[in-house]
Amino acid sequence: MNQDSLQINSSGQLRHFLSISGLNRQILNDILDTAESFAGVTAQSVKKVPLLRGKTIVNLFFEASTRTRTTFELAAKRLSADVLNINITQSSATKGETLLDTLRNLEAMHVDMFIVRHADSGAAHFIASNVATHTRVINAGDGRHSHPTQAMLDMFTIRRIKGPDFGRLRVAIVGDILHSRVARSQIHALNLLNTGEVRIVAPRTLLPAHAESLGAHVFHNLQEGIRDVDVIIMLRLQHERMQGALLPSEHEYFELFGLTEEKLAFASPEVTVMHPGPINRGVEMDSEVADGPRSVILEQVTHGIAVRMAVMSMAMSSKNTIAG
Amino acid sequence: MPAANEQQRIRISGGRVIDPASGVDSIQDMYVAAGRIVSMGQAPDGFTSDREIDASGQVVCPGLIDLCARLREPGQEHKATIASESLAAASGGVTTLCCPPDTHPVIDTPAVTEFIRLRAEAAGKARIVTLGALTQGLGGEQLSEMAALRKAGCVGVSNAMQPLRNPLVQRRALEYAATHGLTVFLYPNDHWLANSGCAHEGRVATRLGLPGIPEAAETTAVAGDLALIEQTGVRAHFCRLTTGRAVQMVARAQFDRAPVTADVAIPYLYLSEVDISDFDSRCHLLPPLRTVEDRQRLRDALQQGTLSAICSDHQPHEPDAKLRPFPATEPGISGLDSLLPLSLQLVDEQAIELGDLIHRLTAGPATILGLPFGTLAVGAIADICIFHPELTWQLDTGTIQSRGHNTPFMGREFKGRVTHTLLAGNMVYSLGGAN
Repeated sequence: MNQDSLQINSSGQLRHFLSISGLNRQILNDILDTAESFAGVTAQSVKKVPLLRGKTIVNLFFEASTRTRTTFELAAKRLSADVLNINITQSSATKGETLLDTLRNLEAMHVDMFIVRHADSGAAHFIASNVATHTRVINAGDGRHSHPTQAMLDMFTIRRIKGPDFGRLRVAIVGDILHSRVARSQIHALNLLNTGEVRIVAPRTLLPAHAESLGAHVFHNLQEGIRDVDVIIMLRLQHERMQGALLPSEHEYFELFGLTEEKLAFASPEVTVMHPGPINRGVEMDSEVADGPRSVILEQVTHGIAVRMAVMSMAMSSKNTIAG
Repeated sequence: MPAANEQQRIRISGGRVIDPASGVDSIQDMYVAAGRIVSMGQAPDGFTSDREIDASGQVVCPGLIDLCARLREPGQEHKATIASESLAAASGGVTTLCCPPDTHPVIDTPAVTEFIRLRAEAAGKARIVTLGALTQGLGGEQLSEMAALRKAGCVGVSNAMQPLRNPLVQRRALEYAATHGLTVFLYPNDHWLANSGCAHEGRVATRLGLPGIPEAAETTAVAGDLALIEQTGVRAHFCRLTTGRAVQMVARAQFDRAPVTADVAIPYLYLSEVDISDFDSRCHLLPPLRTVEDRQRLRDALQQGTLSAICSDHQPHEPDAKLRPFPATEPGISGLDSLLPLSLQLVDEQAIELGDLIHRLTAGPATILGLPFGTLAVGAIADICIFHPELTWQLDTGTIQSRGHNTPFMGREFKGRVTHTLLAGNMVYSLGGAN
């Protein structure tokens, strides 16, 4: 079954949230609007709403994560759901149980929603294709493919700061595009929201084949790539990229692609700097920038809770009818 | 082959006999006795048949020869067995199957070759020939005992999908194979460039975030192989080319009279990178499905003859092998059942003439293997495929004969169906009937 009809039911509602690709602008805006209404809740002293009371949500993480797992857990708890965290890296997978067996066993416990992170691209799609019709799946990152809630919290952050008209905006995504599920989802989301210009900035070794086909202008020079942009999204550079001949050294990478106050001057004076975290200070970004007035990195984390509450409540309240 | 019915005398009447090897394409009767074709047109003096096959409206051609079929035995009998896949071959009109050496254990000793031969004979549905390992255990370091393998019946040598340690080992292996007059079957896929990718490095893999295998994984391997083929003078065959560029390199080498041939596997003539768009693990192949342009260039090269054989690249799997996230699934399609009908579709699509197509399925691969099959000449071994070109049928769990149901063509309506298969004069398959 294709990704579109897996994610959307016959009434056009969100059933599973697997990737940005396959969704439409209306749904993206619905997510952002719903998140806006939850953002108020998360700021109150009593931070709970009873929307998912009695529902069981499983955080099924096959890859280590702190930020994403924690914000999903908080989001679920603020919706009054029961949450179970399962770390498969230290569980059944190491005993040889297949993904499908793990899933069947958990389903037998009447789980209503799975939040899934997995190292293989397509894992969330695979799980969504194999769960019972009443069960919902939210992708918390699959391989290099997709990390849609991260992209939506970034869109939420941009919209809050820059306003709802993305058409006026130039956005540059800088760093390891090749291995980044975050970048893929961001590019899709920015394009669906009609962003004026989407740029990606990286050395050739960190770009996928036909990178421009993702829907972005490609730059190999940071200063040119961020010239006059309104938003810069820096991506995390994994330490292991230094092996495998992708880059000569962190030092040279920082020289060329690291964001400093000096280089920031090439961007629009109103530029906003974002990063999905965790930051490697002194590799992709100077501390001065990360902690400076242009940075909204901590707001992103806060917004993550509201956006995840939005996606979970929308998916859970959608009908079970499967689109043809 | 079983001797029980070898004395059976068969008249195949009224069929359109197409035998590219002898340039025949006409409606005539054919007479089989003692496992061989004894006459065409006129019955031999005093011929009385034990069996009559009415082939009117049907095509009579040599039994198909499949250059690459994994039978999963020995070693992976949970996927398929020689018996199960021989049956699939027979029902698909295939009379000779070539099994690559990557069985478990590897075909690097005469004992494994002998085991496969005995199992094939016991099954009695298809002739199975083997490729011996180029290096011991396919480890890429120590040469195998090629002379012994040849004596045991291996029709060539190959390191299958496994890499050789370095070009020096490769040079020596090719030289040693040439010493024994063995054809080397090369699977061009640079191990380092492929870098555990699972999809063609192109637009689709970029969008899906799947680790890519670049075109250069194939072209650099072919370039290196061609240089060493020229250096050593070994006769070489490129298995399963997937890129237009590699095909072009082979065409140039053939023009320069290098002793090289090449084949294509049927899925690559129909599918492309686009087919993995929804993480469809049934289309997870190794080497990966390439671009739509590559597919067209493969079709062109097949028509022109640069690619002189179509193989099934049959890789049956148990269902679990495909029930995982895409990168974790096992590559390969179960292809024996659809080899002929899919190939015939190429004729419908005017990609190739019927006679040329049958050549690529019979005489073409026979020449590559150096075997005397793939012809209906009088005196030849009676390996015969009779198919009805207009009969439509559906490939589904009821009709598929292979134990592996892993094919994206499941549910597909096909035109053209095998009605009878004869192996050395024995009826090993007849549609809807007992033999």
